[in-house]
Amino acid sequence: MTTNNKVKVAFFDFASCEGCQLTIVDALQTHLDLLDMVEIVQFREAMTEKGEDYVIAFVEGSCTRKCDEERLFKIREQAALVVALGACAHTGGVNALKNVQPSLQDVREYVYGDKADWYETYPTRPISAVIDVDAFIPGCPIDRGEFVKVVKNVLLGKTPGIPDYPICVECKLKENVCLLLEGQPCLGPVTRAGCGAICPTYGEGCEGCRGLIPHPNENAMKDVLDEAGLKLEEIMSRFTMYNAYQKEQIETVEERI
Amino acid sequence: MTSVNINVHHVTRVEGHGNIVLNAKNGKIEECRFDVVEAPRFFEGFVRDRPYNEINHITSRICGICSVGHSTTSAMATENALGVELTEQATLLRKLLFHGEIIDSHVLHTYYLVAPDFFGAGSVIPLININRPVVERALRIKKLSGDLCAIVAGRHTHPVALVVGGFTHVPKEQELRDMRVRLVDAREDMDASVELFASLDWPKFERDTEYVSLTKDDEYAFVGGRIKTSDGFEYPVEEYQKVTNEYCMPHSTAKWTKHNRGEYMVGALARFNNNFDQLHPKAKDAAAQLGMEPLVTNTYLNSGAQVVEMVHCLEDSIRIIDELLERGIKQEGPVEIKVRNGEGTASCDVPRGILFHHYNYEDGLCTEANCIIPTNQNYGNLAADMGKLAPQIIDQPQEKVRLMLEMLVRAYDPCISCSTHYLTVDFV
Repeated sequence: MTTNNKVKVAFFDFASCEGCQLTIVDALQTHLDLLDMVEIVQFREAMTEKGEDYVIAFVEGSCTRKCDEERLFKIREQAALVVALGACAHTGGVNALKNVQPSLQDVREYVYGDKADWYETYPTRPISAVIDVDAFIPGCPIDRGEFVKVVKNVLLGKTPGIPDYPICVECKLKENVCLLLEGQPCLGPVTRAGCGAICPTYGEGCEGCRGLIPHPNENAMKDVLDEAGLKLEEIMSRFTMYNAYQKEQIETVEERI
Repeated sequence: MTSVNINVHHVTRVEGHGNIVLNAKNGKIEECRFDVVEAPRFFEGFVRDRPYNEINHITSRICGICSVGHSTTSAMATENALGVELTEQATLLRKLLFHGEIIDSHVLHTYYLVAPDFFGAGSVIPLININRPVVERALRIKKLSGDLCAIVAGRHTHPVALVVGGFTHVPKEQELRDMRVRLVDAREDMDASVELFASLDWPKFERDTEYVSLTKDDEYAFVGGRIKTSDGFEYPVEEYQKVTNEYCMPHSTAKWTKHNRGEYMVGALARFNNNFDQLHPKAKDAAAQLGMEPLVTNTYLNSGAQVVEMVHCLEDSIRIIDELLERGIKQEGPVEIKVRNGEGTASCDVPRGILFHHYNYEDGLCTEANCIIPTNQNYGNLAADMGKLAPQIIDQPQEKVRLMLEMLVRAYDPCISCSTHYLTVDFV
């Protein structure tokens, strides 16, 4: 806490599109009052001022190279609370797609040719694989309403309150027609809710960007796939879009379906 | 004589990480460069072997600010490869969505990232106390453009409904009517924006270069068209490599490009210079107020060209909505895709300039991918600008030199995440 009673927060980014930080800028459009509760001391994308005395660190992006680990260790050392912001930080996100390519060296050479060695990289990791993380805000990008809710909860010393039930719950509440029943692939039954089922609401099946729920019901998933006339292979690729790092977890689900 | 050593590690108020290094001894510049130190992400490498209908949703994640631009260009390239023809309604909706992103990105850049420099502020946050109405106006325009994207595709950052073959969602007639009212109301905010940016004391710095953009016969080009350069070259989009000629640089995790003179510039100023005649009359008025008439060779005025484009896109969005309403909104899904093997290239002129996506598909899976991002194409031009500017300002106080260089970098509105990700300034 500072003399003005505002909690000092900082934003950091690693390998990512910075879309989650942008979503926070957008969240301020309707929640300028957040700035009455927190003081942002570091947010490179949006401001020049820089303070190192932050209490809460929001970290966007995945760790994809050794030299970024040091920055993460420093953040962990300073911050009382580290929050993983968005899919890249939380699950590894799309950055981890390179992990499921046949060879990392091949991926590097494909993009940078004979200069591949100039570009340091290792298999993508969510930040929780490098440092302890106190909370996470899932999604690609994060949901701005959920961000505001988590910040308020954290400031009140409460748990962030991220749902552990599947997207289907939110989809039903919105009275959407089930896309699986229309024969469209959707990971809603096994994916963590909290986004208001935005993709199914806009006619696109869930791509799983918020990660799997803690105990996915594989039997139910199997039933809905059967009912939809979809084969497992038709949705397997979708499972890895944002969850390639969780390959083992995905394979367990796959085996059980 | 002046000896300067400036090292700006991770330039702020830009998207991604980059450093500026300036080294001068006895008034002579020994080194002046911009390093991109973003962690590379390898999109082209990892979209291979993935199904065609995932690609534009994955490549959207190249950039959170221009995700509509990436998603649109990617979908178009895939559609070209698979021989997919969009409906007229989907084509109009894509243009409308695109305008939403141009306004969104330009308001972010001009108001949030550039304006603080002119008010002596470190960010937009202290501006709330210095000039609250200006910040509130920026927030209003930002919200409007975000909402415009949301009614078409669900949200601006990583649009949901934009898929290969069109859209999985169509806005309702009433949503478009409501949006039209808001866009008309926003004209006042646009007028005030033009007035604000016309009143700023823009740094004076001229350097003629080659300006590269898309062009079209019938409209100010954003979505598709031909490649046009101010040095008189024209190419079909499929021949983009004749313009880009990519190469690697040791200090940079982004690839650089070169054309006729070597470096060239892309972005709002390039579009403004190449396609000025096709701007909406109100946008031309805005240009006149800003004192801009092609050929504008002051790089700092790239932000001025963005203000002009905001006016254009607002007016053209109203026109597109009128056209959609007149045609009558059809609740249609994407067109049916018949998978075939093939290669496809597409280009859009996204907020920061001309963008290319190029893929090859076999059995519905992506086998080859190449994406050439606007910011990468600007690095050579930025280096040339820095090379000319630094000696002109080197005798000024170090803080002033540093600010001028940072402002120059910012004028490009670099999106380093796109190119890979990072920016730093070093003064010695």
